[in-house]
Amino acid sequence: MRIELVRRPQHSALFSALSPFIALGLTLVAGAIMFSVLGKNPVEALYYYFIDPLTGIWDPSNRWQLHELAIKAAPLILIAVGLSVCYLSNNWNIGAEGQFIAGAIVGSFIPVVFPGFHSWIVLPLMLILGMAGGAAYAAIPAFFKVRFNTNEILTSLMLVYVAQLFNDWLVRGIWRNPEGMSFPGTIRFSEWAILPQIWPDSGRAHWGFVFALVAAVVVWFMLSKTLKGFEVKVLGQSPRAGRFAGFSSGKVVFFAFLLSGALAGLAGISEVAGPIEHLNEKISIGYGFTAIIVAFLGRLNPLGIVAAGIILALTYLGGESAQIAIGVSDKAVRAFQGMLLFFVLACDTLIHYRIRFVGAPAMKAESGKAGTA
Amino acid sequence: MIEQILITIATAATPLLIAAIGELVVERSGVLNLGVEGMMIMGAVTGFGVALTTGSPWLGVFAAILVGALFSLLFGFLTLTLVTNQVATGLALTLLGLGLSGMIGEAFVGQPGVKLAAIYIPGLTDIPFVGRLLFGQDPLFYVSILLTVGVAWFLFRTRAGLTLRSVGDNHGSAHALGINVIGIRYLAVMFGGACAGLAGAFLSLVYTTQWIENMSAGRGWIALALVVFASWRPLRVLAGAYLFGAVSIGQLHAQALGIGIPSQLLSALPYLATILVLVLISRNRRLTMINTPASLGRPFVPDR
Amino acid sequence: MSADTAAVNLLEVRGLTKIFGSLKACDAVDLTIRKGEIHALLGENGAGKSTLVKMLFGSLEPYSGEIRWNGQPVKIANPNAARKLGIGMVFQHFSLFEALSAAENIALSLDDQTPISTIAAKAQALSYSYGLPLDPYSLVGDLSVGERQRIEIIRCLLQTPDLIILDEPTSVLTPQEADKLFETLERLRAEGKSILYISHRLEEVKRMCDAATVMRHGKVVAHCDPRQETAASLARMMVGSEVHAVVRAPIEGIETAEALLEVRNLSRKPATPFSMPLKNISLNVRAGEVIGIAGVAGNGQGEFFEAVSGEAMQLEAGTVRIRGQDAGKLSITGRRLLGAAFVPEERLGHGAAPRMKLSENLFLSRYATDSKAFLGPGGVVKESAIDAATQRIVQEMDVRKSARDPEAAALSGGNLQKFIIGRELDRRPTVMVVNQPTWGVDAGAAAKIRQSLIELARSGSAVLVISQDLDELFEISDAISVMHNGELSRPLPRAEATLEKIGLLMGGAEPGHVDHGLESV
Repeated sequence: MRIELVRRPQHSALFSALSPFIALGLTLVAGAIMFSVLGKNPVEALYYYFIDPLTGIWDPSNRWQLHELAIKAAPLILIAVGLSVCYLSNNWNIGAEGQFIAGAIVGSFIPVVFPGFHSWIVLPLMLILGMAGGAAYAAIPAFFKVRFNTNEILTSLMLVYVAQLFNDWLVRGIWRNPEGMSFPGTIRFSEWAILPQIWPDSGRAHWGFVFALVAAVVVWFMLSKTLKGFEVKVLGQSPRAGRFAGFSSGKVVFFAFLLSGALAGLAGISEVAGPIEHLNEKISIGYGFTAIIVAFLGRLNPLGIVAAGIILALTYLGGESAQIAIGVSDKAVRAFQGMLLFFVLACDTLIHYRIRFVGAPAMKAESGKAGTA
Repeated sequence: MIEQILITIATAATPLLIAAIGELVVERSGVLNLGVEGMMIMGAVTGFGVALTTGSPWLGVFAAILVGALFSLLFGFLTLTLVTNQVATGLALTLLGLGLSGMIGEAFVGQPGVKLAAIYIPGLTDIPFVGRLLFGQDPLFYVSILLTVGVAWFLFRTRAGLTLRSVGDNHGSAHALGINVIGIRYLAVMFGGACAGLAGAFLSLVYTTQWIENMSAGRGWIALALVVFASWRPLRVLAGAYLFGAVSIGQLHAQALGIGIPSQLLSALPYLATILVLVLISRNRRLTMINTPASLGRPFVPDR
Repeated sequence: MSADTAAVNLLEVRGLTKIFGSLKACDAVDLTIRKGEIHALLGENGAGKSTLVKMLFGSLEPYSGEIRWNGQPVKIANPNAARKLGIGMVFQHFSLFEALSAAENIALSLDDQTPISTIAAKAQALSYSYGLPLDPYSLVGDLSVGERQRIEIIRCLLQTPDLIILDEPTSVLTPQEADKLFETLERLRAEGKSILYISHRLEEVKRMCDAATVMRHGKVVAHCDPRQETAASLARMMVGSEVHAVVRAPIEGIETAEALLEVRNLSRKPATPFSMPLKNISLNVRAGEVIGIAGVAGNGQGEFFEAVSGEAMQLEAGTVRIRGQDAGKLSITGRRLLGAAFVPEERLGHGAAPRMKLSENLFLSRYATDSKAFLGPGGVVKESAIDAATQRIVQEMDVRKSARDPEAAALSGGNLQKFIIGRELDRRPTVMVVNQPTWGVDAGAAAKIRQSLIELARSGSAVLVISQDLDELFEISDAISVMHNGELSRPLPRAEATLEKIGLLMGGAEPGHVDHGLESV
């Protein structure tokens, strides 16, 4: 038996909508198998992964978990929204992790270097600097791509390692908190440099989540309703047609990288100024890479990305609760996320192709509508 | 002293060389597999684990090769049969590999590993200055050199190599001539996976002999850059890998000497060097354009 | 060929059918080729000729039907099986590898392990014996279209086939090169080989072929002897109805008309390793006229189109002037705003984004010129206005489609081309530059497109048509220039232009030029 693809004349609207759900379903099945292999009860494990963190919806005593969900989802959504613009325009920025760190570092400049500067303006300045830092860091691979035709995948990724090492040096070196008992990390930020919480009564979710929602809506509008969005999509799908339209591919490379860098930087400074409250060597738990999965699970649509970001945030929280409750390694989370991306990509094939399983006697086995996937 | 430095350079260069040669064959067939890092780390954890449980480093090596090839098959199925985007799928392979290896390797953290011993030929290995360099290194060093020469010979001196290059140049024409494009690409992808697995085994059985999460530390990505740097030529990959080996050993020595530059910044050197080299090589647009396999990364759906 | 040689049938095809999705590309096709005959396969674009020959060559799997070879039923599973039987193929869109040498290209379709050097020697010897000289070590990427076809033919002949399939072989050749090819084919026939000759050029079919099979909409509509038919009767069989000839009203006073498009000493360095430099091109297109640019593919037409359209800008503003204004430094958008419109050669991926809807593809080339109608404040796209314009063009150009606003890739070549031309005509452009207006387009659509281009010119616009189809240029142009090797000849008025003259220019003979003589064909 072999598998054949038959190109659909039109992309399938049905499968555009369904494919992320099919992928999620397949990931749950594969995850259940994985947990069984690890000797855990798969139902129990999946409960802790996907249901337990949501009990706050009906159980007020667990409401703090929803806040934690928002805290994890915010950077994922912010970064993935930016990445969606990159990937739609065929710019493979995979260095969002580095831009996240760059934003965190540059945004931390004021509270670390001028800890005594207490004013309402500190926080807005930090956010702006964070965005500028992320954008500037993303501009490096963009510049090399436009100017020298250098592969942006490799350069943007290499810069992640550079950013991590630079940050490590900062928080162990010149920015280290002298009273930090030799722990790496800067001093704790003053209250003027901390993002306010949204509903402090029930949990510690901060304004970063609001930024994420706003970014998603704004970028969604830009992509689907404006000339700029059209430009991004045309150049991504069909660069030559884009040039025929009169769009400049170089400008769009910069646009996509600067936008996604700024959003990753905003995510970085929001993380530092939000739940962590100081800069340290492990500010990110791989948000920049997980956001790639979020972007694809959300089908590169910013509104879809909001939902996808929450689902991936769930796996982080679920990973913690599964570890506490039934002793599943927290390392399983990343394996789980990797599987999800695989299934998402595989299911996207259904949007443009029908899949046909051809048995050995191939002739006459099928008619025109055979093998509808 | 110089011999010692040369040997350490070879040790740093060998995993890059093996992985890059594998990826070169994959890209020559027109497929871009960005999952080298993921396949490598899977090879590292498998090699370490199998060697630890069986006590045989060679079994570890073979298991790593097998797992690398099987893992690449996952990529092959998606990109070749389901025609998914190669860039995204390669990334997925890397993310999955890093995640899975972390989970599998949790039990191995802190365990002392098994070392694949360097060879020793009485008489030859003892020759001063060059003896250990030529006749006293670990077996995989020799494998890497043979692999490079063998791939060069295969690609440019055999009919099968010509067929593989033709598939990378124009898959439509190859299909029209009756060449099994997808079959050849599957084989190439699995060869690349096997090489990446082997490179990973080198890391955990020769380079450090312990399991550390994410121990590949971007080497899979550097191997990808090496292929571009070498403009898809095996012998230039060899040169590039040793250049990078020299840079990473150089910065390690600089750290050891304590020359006042923070260690983190020195550690960043290989990554910065990769960027620099990529920029320099891609400035020559004509060169890259002529050498890049024309079908690289493009989806192919045969009409039947 | 006389009746006494017509003894045995080499190939018999009975009821061959191929279905793609819901489309019957070939519907119970019958075909008989005798030994030692040149058999023409005629039909419009999309009639199913290519599908049929791909099944004969094993590239496509038939759905049902029978193929007999020398009287024996055979199943041709892949091209290797076809070659083993003795079927060779020369593809229309060559199946060559640009990064490999000619000899390596040939080696790839030979199954044995003969060393490349032996293959090179054999190929060279064979190429000279047929008068098709070939350097086996040259890189295909560096070769002209005619030379590439030689490699295809030599590759095919080296397999000593009994049946040679040629798919539209003359569409890339000058008339003189085509004559040379006919000699080769006649020699092959004399050697007892059979040839299946696919073409839509009826004159050559009448001149050379012993039998013809005509296809329409996937079905065989006639088996006939082309020498007994007229070009008109063959055309009727192919199209199924009378083809309306394009009407070209004479123009008067063109000498005094204003030049709306002026090209002055345009030169361009090659942008990529395999592209052609442009050398000192000058040309005027005046209000009311259609100028045609003939030439063999790959002589700089694409580069010229990019330079005129502004996809590639010039260093000096005066090299391209539109409506009397310097446009050399303007982008394609700037040139559109001056009133120019452009239609590139490649429909999918250049003129239109394949996976975007027709309305989006309308917006693609008109967001700037129609910004008042199509864009609101803040760059917000007015979808309803674009949709209305899309439907207007669809109506005007008679674009057939399956949905209200389908993706461009879902349309047939002819319908998409009508839409792309219509998209620009709808603006009433003052200057229109079209590259290959009707390649791969059915006769009805082609006639519609050609007529609309003439009418645009006669309404006072300047129209420049680049085409490799000489029949088309003779049909619509008021004057014809020839592009060869990046240079453009002086335009010949339609009355002076003959096939002979244009053919020589296409081969590189430029009367009045001293820097290069007549190249051997």
